[in-house]
Amino acid sequence: MAERVRVRSLYPPGHVRAPAYLRGRTGEVERALGCFANPEQLAYALKAEQKRLFRVRFTMAELWGADAERPEDTLDAEIYEHWLERI
Amino acid sequence: MPHDHADHDHLSPSGHPYRADNDGPLTYWQQMEIAVRELLIEKGHITAAEIATQVNDMDSRSPANGAAVVARAWTDPEFKTRLLADAGDASREMGFDIGPLELIAVENTDEVHNLIVCTLCSCYPRNLLGLPPDWYKTRAYRSRAVREPRSVLREFGVDLPDGIRVRVHDSTADMRYIVLPARPKGTDGMDADALAALVTRDSMIGAGLARTP
Repeated sequence: MAERVRVRSLYPPGHVRAPAYLRGRTGEVERALGCFANPEQLAYALKAEQKRLFRVRFTMAELWGADAERPEDTLDAEIYEHWLERI
Repeated sequence: MPHDHADHDHLSPSGHPYRADNDGPLTYWQQMEIAVRELLIEKGHITAAEIATQVNDMDSRSPANGAAVVARAWTDPEFKTRLLADAGDASREMGFDIGPLELIAVENTDEVHNLIVCTLCSCYPRNLLGLPPDWYKTRAYRSRAVREPRSVLREFGVDLPDGIRVRVHDSTADMRYIVLPARPKGTDGMDADALAALVTRDSMIGAGLARTP
């Protein structure tokens, strides 16, 4: 059973790597991609922490509701762990 | 009739507008690029020759590199397994210097069609495929590919049967993606070189299909 996660509904300014249209949306982890230096810190030449990166799969129904072109189509996006909460 | 306007100073004799020359004042960002480049050279961090080498290396990368990788995957099942496990290593194995690029290959099948986009900017597997097409960077493609991928695909001439699931990949962080298109029918006797000629740039983004012979 794949792990279900929700993208946090935060709207900080800056070099944010979680697209706005995915915030607050629920998906499942498709695969873990390992650790990377946090690009949200790297962009400002800050000391970047190593963060786990995941590919999360969303259904178009979850993203666009009744407006979805085809509800069962899917979208995968890479989301850093600090943007995800387990549900 | 354009040719009736020979006296019109921004139309050429053929009737097409002249393209503006690039000898106007530099923009802010052009000045910034020159200033940073010259400072890096002056302070000895990098040489002009090293910059020229990098520019040449980038210009020498083309979709033909990706096409060779795809054709090999179509003809060599073990290579295909390695490609789907780690597309970066599989590309390096074929001699393509793709630097530290983290690359994921996603396979088109009878059930799934994959489409690549980067909604945040324009992430693209440049180190393997070279520069992205201009449309890949447009706001229209980036916003529509995630919202109505089937309509976008139809505009590219790809009309998918109902039974095929569309899988969009938004390249938002550190990975880059390449689509492994389905091998066209009627290509059984073809070798990898001949097959590579059927692999288009768009088919490796998912906006197209491989050509049929």
